[in-house]
Amino acid sequence: MCSLTLFPPPLPDGQTTLCESNNELLSGSNTQNASPMSLHFPRESLKLHSRTESSSKAAFLDHSETLWMRSAAAWRDGGLPGLLNEITDSNSEVPKWLAVGSGCILALLRWISSFHSSLFPHLTLSSEDMIAEFSQVLNWSDCVVRAFAWHPHTDKFAVALLDESIKIYNPKSTTTPTLKHRLQRNVAAMQWKPLCASALAVACQNCVLVWHVDPCSLSARPSSSCAQVLSHPCHAPVTSIAWSPSGALLLSASPMDTSMMVWDVAAESCVPLQRVGGGGVTFLSWSPDGSHVLASTPSALFRVWETRMWTCERWPCLKGRCQSGCWSPDGSRLLFAVEGETVIYALTFAGAPDISTSSLKGPQAAAVVADLSETTFHTEDGDLIVGGEIQSLAWDPRGERLAVLLKGDPQVTNRPAIIAVFKTRTSPIFELLPCGFVQGEPGVEPRLMQFHPNFQHGALLTVCWSSGRIAHVPFYFLTSAVPLVGLSGSPSLLHPLERPADFASQSLFTELLS
Amino acid sequence: MFAADSGCWFTQKVLCWRAAASVAWSVLLLPASTAAFVVLSKLSVLHPVQMFADCVSVLLSAGSVFSFVLLAGVIIMVGFLTFEYYTVIPSIACSKVALLGQLLHPRQLLYCLAHGVMGVVVGWSCAVTIGYRYERLAYLCPQKDRDGLLHMCLNEHHLLLLLEGGFVGLSHSLLGVIQNLNYVSFGTVQQHKYLCFKASLPLAAKCSAAQAFYSVRNFVLLYFFLGHIPRAWMCKSLSLHLDSSAHPLDSISGLLDLSLLYLLWISATYLLFSWYMTLLLFRIFVTEAYSFPVQSTFTEEAPQCLPKVLSEKQPMILKFLALQDLSLLSQHSPSRRSQVFSLSQPGGHPHNWNAISKECLSLLADLTQRLVSYHETVATNGRTKSLSSGSDRKTSSESSGTEDLASCRPTFLMKTPASVFLRSVGAGPQSPLTSPFTPDLDSPFASPTLRQLTSPVDPGSPWHGVVQSPHVMRRAPKLWSTSTDSQRNGSPPASPATLPTPKPESSKPSFLAQFFQNRREQVKHFMAKRMLVMYLFTKLPEASSQALFADGQAHIWALDGLSYLVQASFTEDQFGVVQTTLPSILSSMLLLQEAVDRHFKLPHASSKPVRSTISLGDSSHKTLRFALRATLKTAIYRITTTFGAHLHAVQLSAEHRKRLQHFLEYKE
Repeated sequence: MCSLTLFPPPLPDGQTTLCESNNELLSGSNTQNASPMSLHFPRESLKLHSRTESSSKAAFLDHSETLWMRSAAAWRDGGLPGLLNEITDSNSEVPKWLAVGSGCILALLRWISSFHSSLFPHLTLSSEDMIAEFSQVLNWSDCVVRAFAWHPHTDKFAVALLDESIKIYNPKSTTTPTLKHRLQRNVAAMQWKPLCASALAVACQNCVLVWHVDPCSLSARPSSSCAQVLSHPCHAPVTSIAWSPSGALLLSASPMDTSMMVWDVAAESCVPLQRVGGGGVTFLSWSPDGSHVLASTPSALFRVWETRMWTCERWPCLKGRCQSGCWSPDGSRLLFAVEGETVIYALTFAGAPDISTSSLKGPQAAAVVADLSETTFHTEDGDLIVGGEIQSLAWDPRGERLAVLLKGDPQVTNRPAIIAVFKTRTSPIFELLPCGFVQGEPGVEPRLMQFHPNFQHGALLTVCWSSGRIAHVPFYFLTSAVPLVGLSGSPSLLHPLERPADFASQSLFTELLS
Repeated sequence: MFAADSGCWFTQKVLCWRAAASVAWSVLLLPASTAAFVVLSKLSVLHPVQMFADCVSVLLSAGSVFSFVLLAGVIIMVGFLTFEYYTVIPSIACSKVALLGQLLHPRQLLYCLAHGVMGVVVGWSCAVTIGYRYERLAYLCPQKDRDGLLHMCLNEHHLLLLLEGGFVGLSHSLLGVIQNLNYVSFGTVQQHKYLCFKASLPLAAKCSAAQAFYSVRNFVLLYFFLGHIPRAWMCKSLSLHLDSSAHPLDSISGLLDLSLLYLLWISATYLLFSWYMTLLLFRIFVTEAYSFPVQSTFTEEAPQCLPKVLSEKQPMILKFLALQDLSLLSQHSPSRRSQVFSLSQPGGHPHNWNAISKECLSLLADLTQRLVSYHETVATNGRTKSLSSGSDRKTSSESSGTEDLASCRPTFLMKTPASVFLRSVGAGPQSPLTSPFTPDLDSPFASPTLRQLTSPVDPGSPWHGVVQSPHVMRRAPKLWSTSTDSQRNGSPPASPATLPTPKPESSKPSFLAQFFQNRREQVKHFMAKRMLVMYLFTKLPEASSQALFADGQAHIWALDGLSYLVQASFTEDQFGVVQTTLPSILSSMLLLQEAVDRHFKLPHASSKPVRSTISLGDSSHKTLRFALRATLKTAIYRITTTFGAHLHAVQLSAEHRKRLQHFLEYKE
């Protein structure tokens, strides 16, 4: 089932993908005004912070405080290790036995925690490295655009930039609000609240921020009182968040915390859902019908939660952790990619949320639906190798286009990161067909992508490039299904579709074959 | 709660069994916590084998079996008291004096007394289990007295443990009132009972340890100063002697005994932990979702069906569980939704939908009414009163403080003037409309605006001239139109008396009334100058706002249920039963939205409550108003996103149409 060979060859240098029309991807060479809608954030225009939090803290620490005050502050900030550290550091003021004793306990604690982290190696990473490791964004730490979120109902979107600010663009208004907050650091993910005009959840290094940006307000800098801070001890850094499609609950996940949090945002209260295995939660994805949640862990294990009674199903993987996943629009099918493997798997769920029993009646094993192993294309500019590990997956809200961001290899010049797009069909049987590659300007690689949630004429893929440019690639096609209105639990009506017959011949995967 | 007639089956068949199951589980868990207590009380690092042997011998002895039976009895009693005293609507005290009133309520005093006695029993069990010098109340005095006779001496260590148990029991029950321990809140997400319990276990352990620490600290201080009183009383009543060779414990050196303090703390922790366990299990069991049938083929089961149960008033938890079930079924179960949308077999009436929507709408209208009257009480702030009663002059803070008393009776919310009035409108004509309302008008706490609301606003009245905000004028009559609207759609016979009879005498007070009014004002002025009185009577900030939304959970479920059902009706409602009520659903939601928006503009309404320290007391009632605001907005968006442009065809007033357009354009 080698699949990338069936793809049309990549574009020659200098050509960029513009759109899909009449079943083929169109390209153009004029990069300057190819898409007037695209935004550009040059790296030079951003004012970056050069200092880290710990260094500034040392500069401002008031050393005239008494030992008691400092100890109390250390206890408050860092708990027991912080207190012990403080006592050991100020060994001139405390009795010798106390300093030595606390030093010993501290060493013991560190030894135990190192033992713990040998079980889960990700615990030794610093929080920035951890976000970079588990983020859906390719090469997150170097990325100008760190997160991107379309509003689920309107044409506005939010962009999180390297300088820890978030900008909101709305085609209907001239103001672009810039959101800044003291706690808004290292944004790993953003998502707008469904069924709401204003709430934007932001996963930050130490907390989850929920901004309430009034769409009618003319203020360009909403104050930080517009943001709710949701934090829980030991729940940092937050690498993934997911709103329930009904807008009632917010999930947040941190690789450091074995429990994922279910937030009631308005009440600022949370319910931890703890499962110890796996050592943390890295990535969350809520199915569009609201019935299931995918939660992947840093180990070779992921879980699929059922949202009625919040029970879960364990899915051990063979090779590595689950890197990314996406749900079909009716919530019945989950596609996921595993780190270290070059294939896409599919799981099918019997989408009957009516069952009173809370146990999942899921599938027994995942099926391989696409093989994206390395393939060499001979182009005019030389050989180009495409394929490899998968960074992220995105499925358009109608279930007709699947975009796959392939990691590539930064060391090898002719193996760039690239987006491969598949045509998909979910009914009556699940099928994958090749569509093409989405490429940008030469030397620029895709970092992050997202489909527009309600594009009228097909699908609209938004790609953030490493140059800081955000471009939109529309896929024009006639939809086969009626637009989904987001009814949870109700089966969507599907009409029989007419399709050109020639695609069936080059189909990559159908359920009939496997 | 047993007195109710129609909700009785639920208490007998479900609630009692749930309570019994929770008590049974807490009794079953008692051996585990007792074993942990024994191990901790005998803890010695240097002699682990000795400690182990001690623990086993203590656990297997006859005395410990007896004390275990006693402890089981205590747990059953605690479970029973929890069952008797729990509430799903928290009682929020709006001022210090109201809190004091709650604490000194006879029912509450009984509760405290029972807990104190049970605390003494647990203290005795702890003392017996610990053994050594704590085991007996009396022992043979080492010295003979002058006559050469041996006497029994009082063992102060034993007495200390008994008193400590009683003290911790008392302080637990008193703190329970302040922290609303008997308030049972419903969880954000549904989980299995075992998982809920497992998740809350560490919190219970942490809370009991922390609470025990503070209680023991207070107890030790108290014993240091007042310890001689119970000791002397004990000696006198049991004719025991004081051991002159033993060190008295109410001294610094006597109390600074580390092992004694440790044992005090451990036994207090044990006591609190076992009680918290019972409480937690009770909460988990009683709030478990219950699935009511939507319709039944047998007529005798009809009172147990969802549409009937929703309109029950007693027990309150029945209504809450029914609403929770409604919101769950509307989200998760298409088959039960189809029963809601179905038509009755002979006749073809959508009885199920009518009953459900009517009840939900009356709940929403009730809240709207409550908010509007509260808002107008605060907004007018005594100015209208001065006109209506002539010589009424008050400072604004004082008047708001007293007037809030009217709205600050969460437990009696159903009896506040507005809700009594509204309920009789919404729930059909059980009583003449004006009769429950008339006494409230004359009561000092009735707000002036309420009086205005009951009488039609005529432009010539003095009230008309004073109102500065045009909203008040516009809103008041409109509200009545909604309530009549909902009623028209809900029940076929529209009561002719939806507008109350005007009360012309309210604007012209008699001479006698005016005299009393003046006297009362003078007394108030006099009292206002005294510090303590002011301290007791000033209202706590945002408490009145919390009290308004005390039963907000019911409204949240009603909003959820309605909006999900309306959303589902877009594809599932074959007979169009929802369409007939859609205008009234939309307009009542929009009205509520308007009222909530205006409420949040008041001072203190939008200020977030302070994060409480570790405690098992549920503070979720403090944020219910925020949850309600978010749910309301989401509910309206859910309907507008589903129906989209079709909503233009719905009959609505121009103002609501405009508001809805904002929602359609995602500008709210």
